[in-house]
Amino acid sequence: MQTMTNEEVKRAADFFTKEIAKLADGKSLRLMEVCGTHTVAIFKAGIRQLLPENIELVSGPGCPVCVTPNEYLDTAIAYSRKSDVIITTFGDMLKVPGSSSSLAIEKAQGADIRIVYSSLEALEIAENHPDKKVIFLAVGFETTAPTAAAAILMADEAKLTNFYVLSAHKLVPPALRALLTAGDSHVDGFLLPGHVSAIIGLEPYEFLSKEYNIPAVIAGFEPLDILQSVYILLQQIRYKAAKLENQYSRIVPERGNLAACNVLSQVYQEADAVWRGIGEIPKSGLVIRKKYQAFDARLNIPIVVEETKEAKGCQCGNVLRGLLLPTDCLLFGKACRPEHPIGSCMVSVEGTCAAWYKYGAGRWQV
Amino acid sequence: MCLAVPGKILDRQDMLATIEVGGVTRKVSVMLLPEVQVGDFVLIHAGFAVQVIDEEEAEKTLALFKELEQYADHDK
Ligand code: SF4
Repeated sequence: MQTMTNEEVKRAADFFTKEIAKLADGKSLRLMEVCGTHTVAIFKAGIRQLLPENIELVSGPGCPVCVTPNEYLDTAIAYSRKSDVIITTFGDMLKVPGSSSSLAIEKAQGADIRIVYSSLEALEIAENHPDKKVIFLAVGFETTAPTAAAAILMADEAKLTNFYVLSAHKLVPPALRALLTAGDSHVDGFLLPGHVSAIIGLEPYEFLSKEYNIPAVIAGFEPLDILQSVYILLQQIRYKAAKLENQYSRIVPERGNLAACNVLSQVYQEADAVWRGIGEIPKSGLVIRKKYQAFDARLNIPIVVEETKEAKGCQCGNVLRGLLLPTDCLLFGKACRPEHPIGSCMVSVEGTCAAWYKYGAGRWQV
Repeated sequence: MCLAVPGKILDRQDMLATIEVGGVTRKVSVMLLPEVQVGDFVLIHAGFAVQVIDEEEAEKTLALFKELEQYADHDK
């Protein structure tokens, strides 16, 4: 594949930033990047510094670890304390604080918690440990959920009886609807998550322009992808033509990935779900269908979970809704740091607070 | 966590494919992308190929960026 030289990228970026400034014409605008991977990409490329002062990029509820509520972590922690259980999880979950502990603390105290890169590794661990109950912590949006669903189908075919999934999967479009319905995020346009869209396609976002008249663009992750996407949003805003556009057409076909969607809906069905800091959002989560409930940890392994406590002073919920910046939180960079996170937004590399902490040297500090 | 990386399919046996990602080979499942073929570029996430990279669209995006890059030049 052909590529561009640094000089060419710089000049194209220059074109976009000039045009963006012209289109914005001094108006104050708030654009929300929904996805945590975008948050990190925006920081790494220094996009905020390139954009005119009046265009603000705010992060949304698009980091799956961040939006996972305490109750889920407390449940996973309680399971990890059982001697016949092996917890398998993506690495990001380890340090997320629950009400009174974290998986990392439990692991240090001897719990069998293993980091996996994929649900398939969790399956393998189950196959190799028939005497243990292996629980996979299934966290993630539409990109990740089909991979957990595929593992369940494979476990079913292999007739595994010691593989379980603790699902906290979440769906992006219902969360956007919840933000817009609440109305306090004041977003003028959305940069939509490219890899979620690679699975679900365009249709699930149509309501953004049709019902809420809000500009939206499915965006890639390279610096020029992001700049072009902002440019597209600015054109829509300027000409008052809110619609859904797809900047990331090399990865996102209009209809998404049908095979993945089929696997997903074979195993999971939509259900109301609680998002950290936002509360319950209708039909925004996934639960395992009856047919595969033998793999549902909650239904098969009884557990007593401690009462949920929220971290005092943590503003994660407001950060996830784009109401506050991490730097507005009194604990940011002081009591709360990546090596000692108080809220989930400081944990995952894609968490808004963690990204601001790691890369946050820019205009807002000058 | 939703990080996904591009790779090229080198070999495929049933639902398991060998993929090259940045010079390293890995095994990934193609259960979520059953129609892929050897030689395809795909997007990989959490051990699964999740989407085919449309090379034609990729070229179009690149061509557009290159075109704009020239405009920026004339601007100066
Ligand atoms: S800085 Fe820490 S305590 Fe403050 S909102 Fe972010 S995660 Fe919560």
